[in-house]
Amino acid sequence: MDTLALLADGFATSLSPLNLMIVILGVTAGLFIGAMPGLGSVNGVAIVLPLTFIVPPSSAIILLCAIYYGAMYGGAISSILLGIPGASTAVATTFDGRPMAQQGKAGLALIAAAVASFVGGTISVLLFTLFAVPLADLALAFGPAEEFALVLLAFTTFVGLGGDDKLKTVIMICLGLVLSTVGLDLISGQPRLIFGDLPGFYAGISFLVLAIGVYGIGEILYTIETSRTAPQVTPAKITLRDLGDGVRTMNKMWRTMSLGSFLGFFVGMLPAAGATPAALMAYGIARSTSKNPKSFGKGNIEGVAAPETANNAASTGSLLPMLTLGIPGSPTTALLLGGMVMWGLMPGPMLFIEQPDFVWGLISSLYTANFAAVAINIALIPLFVWALRMPFTVLCALVIVLCIVGGFAPSQKMHDVWLIAGFGVAGYLLRKADYPLAPLVLALVLGPLMEKSFRQTLISEQGNILAFVERPLSGTFIAIAVLFFVLPLVKYLRKGGARSIAPAE
Amino acid sequence: MIYKMTRRAALAGVASIAMIAAGATSALAEGWKPQKPIEMVIMAGQGGGADRIARLFQSIIQKENLASMPVLPVNKGGGSGAEALRYLKDSEGDAHKIMATLNSYYTTPLRTDIGVDIEEFTPIARMAIDTFVLWVNADSDVQTLDDFVAAVKASGGEWKMGGTGTGQEDSLVTAMLEKEFGIKVTYVPFGGGGDVAKNVVGGHVDSSVNNPSEAMGFYKAGKMRPIMALTPERIAVFPDTPTARELGHDIVYSMQRSFVGPKDMPAEAVAYYTEMFRMVSETEEWKTYTADNSLNADFLTGDALQAYFLEEREKHAAILAAMGSDGSS
Repeated sequence: MDTLALLADGFATSLSPLNLMIVILGVTAGLFIGAMPGLGSVNGVAIVLPLTFIVPPSSAIILLCAIYYGAMYGGAISSILLGIPGASTAVATTFDGRPMAQQGKAGLALIAAAVASFVGGTISVLLFTLFAVPLADLALAFGPAEEFALVLLAFTTFVGLGGDDKLKTVIMICLGLVLSTVGLDLISGQPRLIFGDLPGFYAGISFLVLAIGVYGIGEILYTIETSRTAPQVTPAKITLRDLGDGVRTMNKMWRTMSLGSFLGFFVGMLPAAGATPAALMAYGIARSTSKNPKSFGKGNIEGVAAPETANNAASTGSLLPMLTLGIPGSPTTALLLGGMVMWGLMPGPMLFIEQPDFVWGLISSLYTANFAAVAINIALIPLFVWALRMPFTVLCALVIVLCIVGGFAPSQKMHDVWLIAGFGVAGYLLRKADYPLAPLVLALVLGPLMEKSFRQTLISEQGNILAFVERPLSGTFIAIAVLFFVLPLVKYLRKGGARSIAPAE
Repeated sequence: MIYKMTRRAALAGVASIAMIAAGATSALAEGWKPQKPIEMVIMAGQGGGADRIARLFQSIIQKENLASMPVLPVNKGGGSGAEALRYLKDSEGDAHKIMATLNSYYTTPLRTDIGVDIEEFTPIARMAIDTFVLWVNADSDVQTLDDFVAAVKASGGEWKMGGTGTGQEDSLVTAMLEKEFGIKVTYVPFGGGGDVAKNVVGGHVDSSVNNPSEAMGFYKAGKMRPIMALTPERIAVFPDTPTARELGHDIVYSMQRSFVGPKDMPAEAVAYYTEMFRMVSETEEWKTYTADNSLNADFLTGDALQAYFLEEREKHAAILAAMGSDGSS
């Protein structure tokens, strides 16, 4: 009751004409920033930060959150239409979004992404409203051992119940893990695998570079080869009826979407993780719990819905440790934190008590931002789909340009552009050999987190490897992970084995 | 698509016009001006003392219009700041990159072979000197220094001290405590000071030597307890916490919070940033922050700052040598 009263006060703030206008403006700007490869919510928020000093702090943070939210929606757009992740958080959306677009279902995929984002955003804001303070304690219960166990769980969902060849999946995960060790050692600072002394490798390999390479360039190469005679990108049209159909289709996906929302919120809440791992994990879980895992990666709409719910839920989730503990869960929330310090607000356990107006104004604006984002996004879908009607020969060149720009923009080094070209060719070859690419990206995203938490746990437990199973939370995660790994084995033995030894094709 | 691009270009255009307009009114309108956003590299992870300060500077600079271009903070905290150091080394002559330093500015190049000599970098301004406090979880039985020493001894080496990267300030302070009190702890490195404080409150480590700013939120919420300040005088915001000296142990350690530029940064750019930080150091926001977080705002620039850096590097080389070459104890 108390919470509801505070929220009602919050709505009085967020529904003021100025703040409503700010939300709409912020969401629209965020949508475009997110859709542009190479420009993510971090850049958006950083660029707009100075403009926020002319409005009161509560309006300022509403603007920043609206951009943050809009960018989460926008990231899916170029993932689906062009196969290039518009933002790091939308990497998993390319896995099935791009195949859907190639089948002429771009409109449906975009609707799925928008609706899923809305559901993920709404469920997570509800969770935030009701449980922000107790959940902060849960975030505290996560030490290095728990982080490791969670990451392990994410990996097993990709190996265990997936539709792809298991050996190939494991090989790709290992390759991704090797790539993730390139750069400076996280704990000692010694350089590793820098190929002699190539300066570009000191910063490690950004997974966005890998994703743009294997999905953007690799995909284009593959499409050029397969469609030498007839361009296979079906010009998509969208009508109001399609919209209704899309929403009805989404209505059947409550299980996937609620799973994605809870998982996303929870993973986003952990200071070390954030929206990208959350989206990848949601994808893995949606696939492994699906009745038809083989259809994932080939244009399954659930493969779009799961990561999109999760990344929006995670963006809300990562506000939680920032507000309650003063520890940002993502680069963007770190920027928000800087703004808050500037306004004289001390994020941390006391914020909810000392600044209730600010906190509840912010929470209520997340509701309005969500509504604004889904409405603006759906209204613009016909425009986005129209972009796909250009001839493949033009689109192809445009995608390659965007890949290069998107790869160059974040670090502004040619090194990354060469890497994208290399990964593009590698991605093309791997795809021809039927190796799954998603586990590779997943391993590069989660590898550093996994290595760091593993080493921290072993250091703090004097090298006692049993520490991972002895702690109740991490023990539970590891038990589930083992189950995911063993279950397919049991299935396989039940079937009588011999038949399934034959190659996956 | 084309329509989309145009919209975006228009948006970007409006934004940059706004920036330029804002810049024109700045007091720094004459002489050299940054031509693109200024990248502020942070040698530490998100949420730690260095990160908070850098982000505060960014906000002050933008609010008070002290720069004609936006400032973009970038965390490169990997490997005790090695990531940031190497990045700055590879940006020779760049007029749009500045780096927020901490003491790993000295120690990391000494401990690793990343090919960085800080003498080549361009000193800009020292903003403040930060302090260290020994902390435990507020639920712990440890109330005093004697309790702390007894508890560590009783644990037989299993007492967990959380801190930033190995060889970084926190591990140096830990080594000093170990030596002074004849104790042995297990040092657990984390990505940044914010992460360390969270792990103390979550009970994953037993103690830390966080800077006051990193633990302040938890301290006010009654979740962390200061045991001892490693400062010459008592810290104003923790009047009841004794200093190590008062307790008869001569351990004082502090950390500089400065800004440097890459090698061969153009002189006009150095002058521009020096002036920008001098103005920052005179703002109300900065004065309030330093008072609230017990920072000593000791402004220093140019050759004097370089001399200070080199002198501190000598001191740290000696500390590291006493600890063993890899910095772990």
